[in-house]
This record gives sequence, structure tokens and C-alpha cells, in this order.
Amino acid sequence: MKKSHILAIVVIAVAIGIIVSTAGDASTYVNFNQAYEMAATGNTTSIHVVGHLKKDPSGHVIGLKNAPDNLSFSFVLVDDNGKEQSVFYNEPMPPDFTRSENVVVIGGYQGDNFVANKILLKCPSKYQEEGVTAGI
Amino acid sequence: MIHYFIGDLGHLFVIVSFVTSLVAAFAYWKAKTITSVESKQAWINNARLAFYVHTIAVIGVFVALFYIIYNHYFEYHYAYSHSSRHLPAHYMVSCFWEGQEGSFLLWIFWQALIGIVIIHTQKEWEAPVMVVFALVQAFLASMILGIVIPVADLKLGSSPFILLRDALDDPIFKIQPDFIPADGSGLNPLLQNYWMVIHPPTLFLGFALTIVPFAFCIAGLWEKKYSEWIKPALPWTLLGGAILGLGILMGGYWAYETLNFGGYWNWDPVENAVYVPWLVLIASIHTMIVYKNSQAALKTSIILVISVFILILYSTFLTRSGILGDSSVHSFTDLGLSGQLLIYLLFFTVAAIILAVVRWKEIPSTEKEVSTYSREFWIFLGVTTLCLMGFQVIIPTSIPVYNSIVGLFGGTSNLAPPADQIAFYSKFQLWFGVAVAFLSGTGQFFWYKRIDKTKLKKELLTPVLISLIVFALIISIAGVNEPSYLVLTLAGVYIIISNLKVLRSVIKVNPSLSGGALSHIGIGLALIGIMFSAGYSNVVSLNNTGMLISTELSTEFNRDNLLLFINEPRTMAGYDIEFLGERIEPKDKWGYIKKSDVLLTPDPYTVVAKRDIIFKDKKLYAEKDTFEIYPENTYYEIELRKGDNVEAVLFPRVQINEAMGGFVASPDISRGPARDLYTHVSAPMNREAEVEWSEMEEVKVKIGEQFFVNDYVAVLEEVNRLDEIQGITLRAEDVAVQAKISVIGERDTYYADPIFLIKDKAQVGRISSEINDLGVKITLLNIHPETNEFSLGLNGRQKDWVIIKAMEKPFINLLWLGTGILMVGFTIAAVRRFKTA
Repeated sequence: MKKSHILAIVVIAVAIGIIVSTAGDASTYVNFNQAYEMAATGNTTSIHVVGHLKKDPSGHVIGLKNAPDNLSFSFVLVDDNGKEQSVFYNEPMPPDFTRSENVVVIGGYQGDNFVANKILLKCPSKYQEEGVTAGI
Repeated sequence: MIHYFIGDLGHLFVIVSFVTSLVAAFAYWKAKTITSVESKQAWINNARLAFYVHTIAVIGVFVALFYIIYNHYFEYHYAYSHSSRHLPAHYMVSCFWEGQEGSFLLWIFWQALIGIVIIHTQKEWEAPVMVVFALVQAFLASMILGIVIPVADLKLGSSPFILLRDALDDPIFKIQPDFIPADGSGLNPLLQNYWMVIHPPTLFLGFALTIVPFAFCIAGLWEKKYSEWIKPALPWTLLGGAILGLGILMGGYWAYETLNFGGYWNWDPVENAVYVPWLVLIASIHTMIVYKNSQAALKTSIILVISVFILILYSTFLTRSGILGDSSVHSFTDLGLSGQLLIYLLFFTVAAIILAVVRWKEIPSTEKEVSTYSREFWIFLGVTTLCLMGFQVIIPTSIPVYNSIVGLFGGTSNLAPPADQIAFYSKFQLWFGVAVAFLSGTGQFFWYKRIDKTKLKKELLTPVLISLIVFALIISIAGVNEPSYLVLTLAGVYIIISNLKVLRSVIKVNPSLSGGALSHIGIGLALIGIMFSAGYSNVVSLNNTGMLISTELSTEFNRDNLLLFINEPRTMAGYDIEFLGERIEPKDKWGYIKKSDVLLTPDPYTVVAKRDIIFKDKKLYAEKDTFEIYPENTYYEIELRKGDNVEAVLFPRVQINEAMGGFVASPDISRGPARDLYTHVSAPMNREAEVEWSEMEEVKVKIGEQFFVNDYVAVLEEVNRLDEIQGITLRAEDVAVQAKISVIGERDTYYADPIFLIKDKAQVGRISSEINDLGVKITLLNIHPETNEFSLGLNGRQKDWVIIKAMEKPFINLLWLGTGILMVGFTIAAVRRFKTA
């Protein structure tokens, strides 16, 4: 067997290993019901839930509760199935939070509460800015 | 009045640049394919003319856009959404790359300049290489074209010259079509940083440089000059490696200095998207050098060079199409260019692959088996490792792409990127780093000498021994104990020591050959720096008071953060640490100014000095001077002392940004050779919340008399009659007096100046004066002319505080030093190859 063949086999093996481990470590996007079931069955892996902030008809975010020192906050996230869930985040509110179009929370249920370890925001495209806000 | 002309001119330049790039591509194509020498030269001349016009048009676009931003033409969307009247001129250039269109423009600009250099230096290669250049330019220019094709109703590109009223759907434009906002919404304050002025241009120059080896490779395949293309392409590739690396590093350094996640690299998809092409670029440099020396690895070089460019296009697609939206913190917003970006990516991918496949059989290759003792063997192993390293990053980063593809075929995939990205990537990349270090440490010995088994042993003995000794010293002094970190340290030490040996012998012969050895030493230093700063970063702001900061906070927060009251020292990591108060930053001078030393004015950007302002023995402003500040930034002066020695004064920043709905904390870093002390505010005082004042205490004092307020000694210095209050002139029958009270604080004397006012003979008004730093409020309650006494109302409150978190980052400077040496190495190598090319 030529050395290059051995090398090729090793490379393929490593590549497969990488793909398998990626699949193994990859998280999943789920909705709140699925996340709740996972936690109930003892599965504690972090999962992603995509949703949007709960808003009243005039577009103001509702259900936002800031801790007195602004060090943590909780908010109501509505997932794609329309289920509302209060999410607790043990960090200060990220910039842009109330302007985000979509919020992805990474974390899991602890009892009946969803605790996020990380939040990703998708902010509205510039072309959907809600009117002229500065300098009028 | 709307300034139509400049926008139309700019848009015209965009269209001209697009059209001329197509013309240049066509003319160069003709020049390449036509056989007659005369008409060939004619086509070349045409093509050059077109490319020159193209370059001028690109510069024209730049100038027009800058003119709009500089002159605050807020009727244009780009100026409105990226700039504001208060933005200093040197940050106006940053407005360019805050938006997608501007960053495309930057890329086009660099590529046009490189194209001109190619035209003048590579006569022989000009036509085929420039066909690729001009085509890439056409694709890029189409991204900012901003025209709608009428019949198909297809929007092509997004122009930076659209008017605000066309970009925004605001009712005001229906009522008043010519409405121009008075001010823009401003540049994100986080980007108002000097690194953000130079990081994007550097990164995009790196992007632009990757086209050169690609264009030469394609030209080589096309012209059937399968091996000749390597010589002119190699120096450009080296330069690309240096600049792209530098650009990536600057981004990391900006993150370290400005963001508060405590590091320089976050394995965010946007970061990964440039890291992978850089790794493959480095791999391609190695195979190209192998080819130049031993005629092996030509096919591999071709594959790698093509891959680099495709990966750059892929990374552009990832970061700009919006596909990463759910998985990245900072990708660009979607401009609706996904389709165009995909065509751009697929066009060059498919064209390059087809060309390579058609020519594959003709490409010369060596069939002879490589020896274990040859340089090719070791480099090949290293190159393979680099590619796998990139592969490991690109596979998970592309997860959103797989979901989209599955979605395209009607399925649903709910795969998400790994939840803890840093842990996930680090555990793999660490071992790849180890492998790269061992391979290149050893491989270098084969580089300059053909050696056999016995000679190798002799050569390796000394460096291995020295490495082991240095390694033992490092781990015993620094206390490294994690097994994987031990291996990484050993690998880092080994690559440094072995390359130092090579460097020593090379410098004697010819210093211009030292690029390779230097680069590898840089890599070793960087690896060790990363290991220490990331692996052994530790929190030093441990709460040692035995009291919780707040029961509402997590145990972790209570443990890792330190609550500092103003002027009350605490101990931290062997230092006495003391919070000295809030500071602001003037716009035109460098320094930090006490908030208590200035009076605010109705305009948040201007303040008036209450007294002479002195910073570090330099007088910045005299009393009553009016000057401009950055109102969104507050700095927290924190002093670190050992005994009576002031070791460091830190100014971590908190940026309050209403529009962004939160506060952004940036660290200040006390730098030292062995470690950085990285401190950021984790919670500032919320001044808008209700302040709880103590019940008012009333004192009667004469001028010059001492009294106590909130345990501080205070003196009523003087009382003066006022003729006007805050710009309002008083009438003759009105009475207004202002007291001047000095309060002696721990470190400074403060002045309170409450006002007492009788208007229209009956109405009494009182304006209290607050000293924030001391938590004191003084009100002038009454005047008793009969006894020459004054009644003062005194209130106290909890003192100002700030909660900070501090981390030690050991040996992080090794990382910066290492990457610096790496860049120097690349540059030396590039210079040498440019000279011989």
C-alpha cells in the first residue's frame, strides 16, 4: 500500500469523524412544547427555540420584566406555534433587544421556566425601519 | 432642498463602473482568443481603457458617497442611517462599511487598484488574468447597481444612493415629499473606534488579494501554462495571507478592547467564514512552494487556490445573504441580494470546476512515491491538517445552509449550530493546532537540507532537548496542569525552538530567506498566548466581602463581581481597588473629565466647565469654557494601588444608547508583560430610577461657618445675587441669590450652588444642587437678613456605586507578539518572491 493511500484513508476517517461529531454536538431548533417534553424526559441538552416578542396591537413589547439592577430580565417569547412562554435570561438586556424581529433563545426548561443561556437577535432589515425616528 | 445632483452622479458612476467592467471583460476575452497580433493589441488597448474608466468610476462612487455623508445630506438613506451631525469626520469613513453597499464598494475599490498593478506588471498574463478580474468586478458592481429591470420586475443590487423617502415607508413623505430629517440616526457607537476605521479596509484588501492567485490559476489552466502561473501568483498569495491574517487579527483585537465577552475570538459564524479561507490560503502557499522546489503537488495547488477564492465567495454569501440570521450575532441584514450572491458564488465555482476538469488529464503530475524523509511529505501532512482544520469549522458553520437546502426540497430540518460554540470548536481546533505545530517544527529541518534517518536524529536532538527544558520551566513556573494544554504548550515551544535553530542558520546565509522560520515562530508564540489567555483566564474580582450584592442575582454573579462604592477601597487580586467617580470624554481633547466639574446645557453634546479642568497636570479647559463631549459614553475611574503606589488607573466605559435599548459596557485593560488585567462594568447605577433621599435636615449657618452634610465637612463660602437664571433675565423686583458651598470629600473639594428665588414678590422658588460623587443634595431654604443667617436643607443618599468584573488574561501579549511576527514573516517572504517573480 502506498503512503498516499494510507494518508487518504486517514483523511477520510478524520473527515467522517468531524461530520459525525458535528451531527452529535449540533443542537436542534424546537418549539416550546417539544422543549418541555425533552426536559420532562430528563434530556438536559441545550436547544434553540425561535420566536418573536409578544407585542400589543400598537407594536409595543409586552411582558418585559427588568430586574431592579438591570442585571437580568425576563420576557415573553411566542414560538412559531403561537405558544407563549416566559423566558428568564441571567444577563443584562442586550442592545437592540426590543427592536428585534426574531429572537432565538438557547437553553432549556428548568421546571416550568425556560432559562436562556444565550440569546441571538435578528434585527429588522434597514428597509423595514419603522419610519423616521431621529432628528425630526 | 433635496440635493439630487450628487446622488444621480454617484448612481451614474455605479452604472458606468458596471458597464465598463463588462466591456473590459469582453475586450480582454477577445484579446485572449484572437490570433492576429495587431487586433490583439487593439483589443488590449480597448480593454485597458475600459478598466481605467472603470477604476475612475469606482473612485467617483466613493467620492460621491463621501460627499453625501460629509455634508450631512440626510435626504439620502445611507447618510441618514449611518451618520449624524455629531459624528467626527474621522469616523465618517466608518459609515462606509457599516452598511453592506459601502463594504462592497471597498472590495471593488481594492480589486480595481490591484487590477491596475497587474496590468502594468504582468504583460504576458494580462489578457486572461484580467478577464477574471473584470468579471469579478462586474459581479461586485452589480451588487450596488440598484436598478430595476422593467419587464421582469427584477431588482438588481442595492444602490447606496437611494433617497430616504424611497427606502423608508414613512407617512411623513406622503404629506411632505421633500422632507429632510434634521439629523441622521447615527453610526453605531460601538463602531466609533479607531480599530473599526482600519479593520474593514484591511480585511477587504485581504479579500481582494485572494482573487490574484485565483485569476492566475484560471489563466494558467486556460492558456495551458499549467505550471508557469505559480511564479507570479505566489508573492500575491503571500501578501494575501499577511493582509487577510492582519485583518482578522484586528477584528479580534477590536472585540477584545471593545466588547465585554472577555475574549478576542468567539467562533461566531461570521468569524469562521473568514478564518476558513485564510487556513486554506496558508495551505495553498505551502503547496505552491513545494511545487516551485520539487515539481510536486501541482494539482493540489490548483485545487487549493481555487478553493480559497470559492470559500471567500461562500463566506460573502453566508454573511450577506441573511442565511445566518438565526445563528450569528452580527451578520449583515438581508438586502434581498441572496439570489445575486448565490449566482456570483455558483458562477465562479462551476466555471472553475469545469475548466479544471477539462484540463485535468493534461496537468503534469509526478507519480513517484514520496519519501518519509522528504520535505514534500511533511509539508503535505501539514497542508492536510490545515485543510481538515478548516473543514472542521466550515461543516458546523454551514448548518443553516443545510436547513435551507432541505427546505428547498420540501423537507424540514431543525438542525441548529452547537449550543456552546466556543467549547465545541476549541476542543477540535486545539488538537489541529498541536498537529500543525509538531509537523511544521519537524518539517522545517527537511526544508533546507536533504537528510536521512541518522542525520535527522542529529539535527533534532538539540531542539527537542531544549524544547523539553523550556517546556518544563514554563509548566512549573506558570502551573499548567490540564493535559491538553500541556501538549499544546509543548507543541508551541517545539515549533519555536526548532524554527529558531533554522532561523539562526538561515540568517547567516541569506536573511531574506528567514520569512518561513519567522512565520512559524509567530505561530508558536500565538499558540502559547492563546493557551494561556483563554485557558487560564481567571476572574479576579471575587466578592470577598462575605455579603451578597443582591439576592435577586445568580450565585455566579454574586461571586464574580465586585460592588464598589465611591471612594471606598476594596481589595482585589493583591491590589487596593477604589472607584473614584464617573467621567466624561471631551470630543476635541484627550482626557477624562469629572461629571461634577461640568454643567449640562440643553444640548446634550455641549457642557460648560464649572471650574478649571485639569487632567494629568494638563489644563484642558478654563472655568466657564463651553466644549463638546460624547454624551452617550460614561467612564468609571477605577484606581488600583499597591500600598501607596498607584499601579494603574482604569477607565472602563458604559455606553448608554437609547436607540439600541440598552447599555453596552466596554472594558479597560491594564497591560502588563505577564498578564493583562481586563476590567469592565457589569452594572452601572441606574440614575433614572427613583433615588431615595434621606429626610431633609435643616441647618442655619452664617457665611464662613462649617457644618456637616452626609458626614462630610462643608462650608458656606459666599452668597451672591443673580441677575439671570439659566439665560432668563430677572426683573428688578425679583430676588435671586446663589449660595456657594464647598464640601470636602475624601479626595477632592466639591462645590454645590443652590439657588433661592423670589419672583413677583410672592412666589418662592428653590433650585437644589446635587453632588453626585458624595450623594449630597443641598437646598437654599431661606434667607434671614436680620441675623445674617441662611437656612440650608440637607439630604443624603446612598453613595454612588458601580459593579465591576475583572479578569486576568495571562500572557495574552504573546498572542499579539506572535501574530505580529507571523505578519513580518509573511511580508519578508512576499518581498523575496516579488523580487524574483
